[in-house]
Amino acid sequence: MLVVENLDLCYGDAQALAGVSLEVRQGAVVAIVGANGAGKTSLIRAIAGILKPKRGRILFRGQNIAGLESHRVCNLGIGQVAEGRQVFPTLTVHENLLMGAMIPRAKKRRAENLDRMLALFPRLRERTGQAAGTLSGGEQQMLAIARCLMGEPELVMFDEPSLGLSPAMAQAVLDTIVDLNRQGLSCLLVEQNVAASLELASDAYVLENGAITLSGTGAALLADDRVRQAYLGM
Amino acid sequence: MSFSLYVEVLIQGVLTGLVYGLMALGLSVIFGVVRVVNFAHGEFAVLAMYAAFILFGLFHLDPIVASLPIAAAFFVVGYMLQRTVVQPFVTRPQHEQFILLVGLSIVIVNALLLTFGPESKHTDLSYSFDSYSLGAVLVDKARVYGAAAALVVTTALFAFFRYTLTGAAIRAAADNLTGAAVVGLDVKRLYAISFGVGLACVGAAGSIMMALTDMTPMLGPSLTLLAFTIVIVGGLGSMAGALFGGMLIGVAEALASVIASPSIKSMVSFSLLVLVLALRPQGLFGKAEA
Ligand SMILES: Nc1ncnc2c1ncn2[C@@H]1O[C@H](COP(=O)(O)OP(=O)(O)OP(=O)(O)O)[C@@H](O)[C@H]1O
Ligand SMILES: [Mg+2]
Repeated sequence: MLVVENLDLCYGDAQALAGVSLEVRQGAVVAIVGANGAGKTSLIRAIAGILKPKRGRILFRGQNIAGLESHRVCNLGIGQVAEGRQVFPTLTVHENLLMGAMIPRAKKRRAENLDRMLALFPRLRERTGQAAGTLSGGEQQMLAIARCLMGEPELVMFDEPSLGLSPAMAQAVLDTIVDLNRQGLSCLLVEQNVAASLELASDAYVLENGAITLSGTGAALLADDRVRQAYLGM
Repeated sequence: MSFSLYVEVLIQGVLTGLVYGLMALGLSVIFGVVRVVNFAHGEFAVLAMYAAFILFGLFHLDPIVASLPIAAAFFVVGYMLQRTVVQPFVTRPQHEQFILLVGLSIVIVNALLLTFGPESKHTDLSYSFDSYSLGAVLVDKARVYGAAAALVVTTALFAFFRYTLTGAAIRAAADNLTGAAVVGLDVKRLYAISFGVGLACVGAAGSIMMALTDMTPMLGPSLTLLAFTIVIVGGLGSMAGALFGGMLIGVAEALASVIASPSIKSMVSFSLLVLVLALRPQGLFGKAEA
């Protein structure tokens, strides 16, 4: 479904990604594991069209989307639950959700999807008229997920969705991702809770200093000594 | 001086201030969303005054009525301008944006000078010298009509930002640009619409001003400065602030010109500006930067 080939990305002179290749198959959960500053967010933003890669191809359903503008990438069905949630703080919860459905692919069924999201996330239903900036971290993360789903994505890239949440809230977010995947959503997952993300993932990649150094099934990486030492503290 | 004169000046100040406020609102919207300061704002106001003057000459169209078609035309101009000239400068350093827009203002002024000459122009409306009297208090008809038109345009704008999806999307882009890219908003289009809306405001305001004052091509810089003062006093990026700031400056200038002399007008508004910057740098309605 998504194939990344030899992707290079630079911030000015600093290279953030060097020759990154990976694949997300339809219906899979693919985990990316890496230390702070490894380039995980840069990779997601490059795929989303927010950052322009210097070299390489990004194929989505066979079409090269490298260099396409972000709103066009979104409209092809690649959604994002971004690092830091990126809700619109002064807009209401309701308006935030509607913003997820501004892309043409999602316009027709906006009202229907809105009802679906409010049923899926009852905490948001109670707060539809409230400014998003006044929500708790967990509620904002729910909002970010719901807003993304308003765009009817086929693939969602989650960037540290449980960061800064209480353990119970973090678990709820991971459970939501599992549920969405069962309903057919393909997922690319960057998660600080490495053990949990490798357990969910069918495939996983280790990103170090902007390059993929290890890849395999989630279970294989979970058992790998290097991963256990570097990321699981064992 | 009699009490009724003060009331009169106060009312005139508020009415004029509403028109100023509409002009400043345009500057505020452009800066609040696109994060570019329109240094040619006053020149666009003058351009709108000439458009109103020409429409009056050709069709005897009242400048206050003409404010609507002129606003529409200015929207298109602003949209195109952002798409073609300004957008490439959005991510450039501020001094480059400054040069672009100051350059544009110089082009506008000189084009007007070449075409129309330096003479001052005005429109003779049937009600130019009429006024409403409330007891001893007299209020110019033209100012009442002008303020009413400014209020209509401002209300329409508030409604656009508050109740339409495009309006919400523009607020979203101003709120969190990364978030806007994440959900797939077409930010360049929203910027073009915002620049268009900003110019529509100044277009409507300029046209209305043609019914209230005389005009020369050289009026631009002082109007730009006026809009700046209002926006900074009211609070950058705050729509209510621009409107309130407009009325405040309108009243302050009107009072100053009767109490002291008309030539002291700008000194009073700049003093107000300095006062606000010293005591409340974010402006009266602005939020403090985190
Ligand atoms: N806007 C930027 N300008 C310059 N360098 C940047 C920028 N954003 C990130 N970088 C650099 O690029 C590298 C990769 O950063 P990135 O945010 O992609 O890492 P990450 O794996 O997501 O890290 P984290 O776990 O902290 O979120 C880092 O060295 C970072 O300092
Ligand atoms: Mg990151």
